[in-house]
Amino acid sequence: MTALSAQARQARQARQARRRALLSLGTSRAAGRQQHAGRLAYAFLVLAALLSAFPFYWTVVAATRSNAELAQSPPSLFPGGNLLHNLQQVLQQADIGKALLNSLVVSGTVTIGTVLCSTLAGFAFAKLRFRGRGALLALTVGTMMIPPQLGVIPLFMLIARLHWVNQLQSVILPGLVSAFGVFFMRQYLVQALPDELIEAARVDGASTRRIFWSIVVPIARPGMAVLGMLTFMASWNDFFWPIIALTSQEPTVQVALRQLGGGYVHDQSVIMAGTLLGTVPVLLVFGVLGRQIVGGIMTGAVKG
Amino acid sequence: MTTLAVSRPRRGIAQTISPYSYVAPFFVLFAAFGLFPLIYTAYVSLYRVELQTPNAMEWRGFGNYTALFADDYFWTALRNTFTIGVISTVPQLLMALGLAHLLNYKLRGRTFFRVAMLLPYATSVAAATLVFAQLFGRDFGLINWLLSLIGVSPVDWQSGTWTSQIAVSTIVVWRWTGYNALIYLAGMQSIPADLYEAAELDGASRWKQFLHVTLPGLRPTVLFTVVVSTIGATQLFGEPLLFEGSITGGISHQYQTLGLYMYEQGWGYFHLGRAAAIAWVMFVLIVLLVVVNSAIARRRIRKEASAR
Repeated sequence: MTALSAQARQARQARQARRRALLSLGTSRAAGRQQHAGRLAYAFLVLAALLSAFPFYWTVVAATRSNAELAQSPPSLFPGGNLLHNLQQVLQQADIGKALLNSLVVSGTVTIGTVLCSTLAGFAFAKLRFRGRGALLALTVGTMMIPPQLGVIPLFMLIARLHWVNQLQSVILPGLVSAFGVFFMRQYLVQALPDELIEAARVDGASTRRIFWSIVVPIARPGMAVLGMLTFMASWNDFFWPIIALTSQEPTVQVALRQLGGGYVHDQSVIMAGTLLGTVPVLLVFGVLGRQIVGGIMTGAVKG
Repeated sequence: MTTLAVSRPRRGIAQTISPYSYVAPFFVLFAAFGLFPLIYTAYVSLYRVELQTPNAMEWRGFGNYTALFADDYFWTALRNTFTIGVISTVPQLLMALGLAHLLNYKLRGRTFFRVAMLLPYATSVAAATLVFAQLFGRDFGLINWLLSLIGVSPVDWQSGTWTSQIAVSTIVVWRWTGYNALIYLAGMQSIPADLYEAAELDGASRWKQFLHVTLPGLRPTVLFTVVVSTIGATQLFGEPLLFEGSITGGISHQYQTLGLYMYEQGWGYFHLGRAAAIAWVMFVLIVLLVVVNSAIARRRIRKEASAR
């Protein structure tokens, strides 16, 4: 088994090289035009960054004020001291604790499941030969273009028949279907996984399952991480299907937010406090891993 | 691309079946929750099905479709989807192109700018819409206050047709411009640098270089964003639903989109069959729009490329 450990070392090196390449995407200076930016360019970019960030800042301002303060003209542009009161109101109007927990369970499960299914299928599409491979891949990629709203009615009838309405699996199971994920992992593994590595392992008598766990998964890890982050964000933010499949008794955060927004009392500062609660977790993920997410999106993009 | 040649002598039944076991988890889920609902929607659209009794189906033929075409609100929703789609997609993609161009310069703090541009992408429809609904408030909204500073009287963003559609589109533009800018940036970075050098030797100005090198090089990327944005615009739902919280998209349906109209028919009035018919109309519409849009985009870029 020393041969296999040599392969493991090789695999680790390939993985590290791949991770370096992925991270450096955020700072790549390989091609394209590279002139220095002038003052005007910086001014525009700063303006765009401010416009991107302002709604978040405003959420914080409004969530820490009272409704009366928000109804002043000119409005106060700095945070106030009413956050705790507003958060209490949020907890009274919607079961936000349960909603946060539900969202965590749903997004966590969906992320793990999607990444696993996508890596398995992506590996098979990238490196295994089997009858119908081309057709199955074309089918997967083709359906990426079809909007999810199209299938929502039969899906609802299906979960109604299974008595799954208002149960979390009604949001989790359909969430595991990610044609994009399969496509993404396939692209990643085609590039990142050298054929020689698998061939060498085969010569040593490793089974496909062994190859998958001890060679493919370690090499695929950076790609899996990016897919995981994208999936988690998409799942956390999903709105359309959860408001159909779930109700206020068993909400995700997005469903609970609708309750605050569509209720009878329009206390703006309370709505903003709820919005803040629902946005903070995903912003944390983004704050820590934003660089990799940027790299991942740029890797997945269609290039000229 | 090379494929792994499974070593011949050892190829047994296990080796033949094995690849399928790797794609199986995805395809089983895909069949149950992706493909089946898609096809079944067409079937459902030919029946009367009510939300309370989803198992009782009564044949209606094309009745759902004819009822749809006789409903004024369907045509309103169709028109709104189109206008909101245009005023959200066109500025969004143009601005993204400009931003990508700026991000492609040698920049100090480039990672910071890229992450900042992508920040809105991390928010949910629900959160973004609730915040913007407040910013667009008639009496105490920040946007009307800013307008009052330059002497514009308060705008009722919710009740007017154009004003409400502009407000809803703003949310879409805000959330997706940075994302598209990064996609364009990735495309720009794969354009070979010597093309620019050659253009510069020929005495092409920066603007000419952008027009004749960057744009043609971005062709596949532009096509991709046009297709994705078209699909996104056609199924717009959360923004108009939460803008003021009504499923009619305003008192006179002034910003109700097809996606919201479908939700209203299915989950407001319980007509699942009718909602399925709307879903199919949306599908046909998307296919048509994608074909037309990509034909236009392809032609426009080709024309610019050949004009050099």
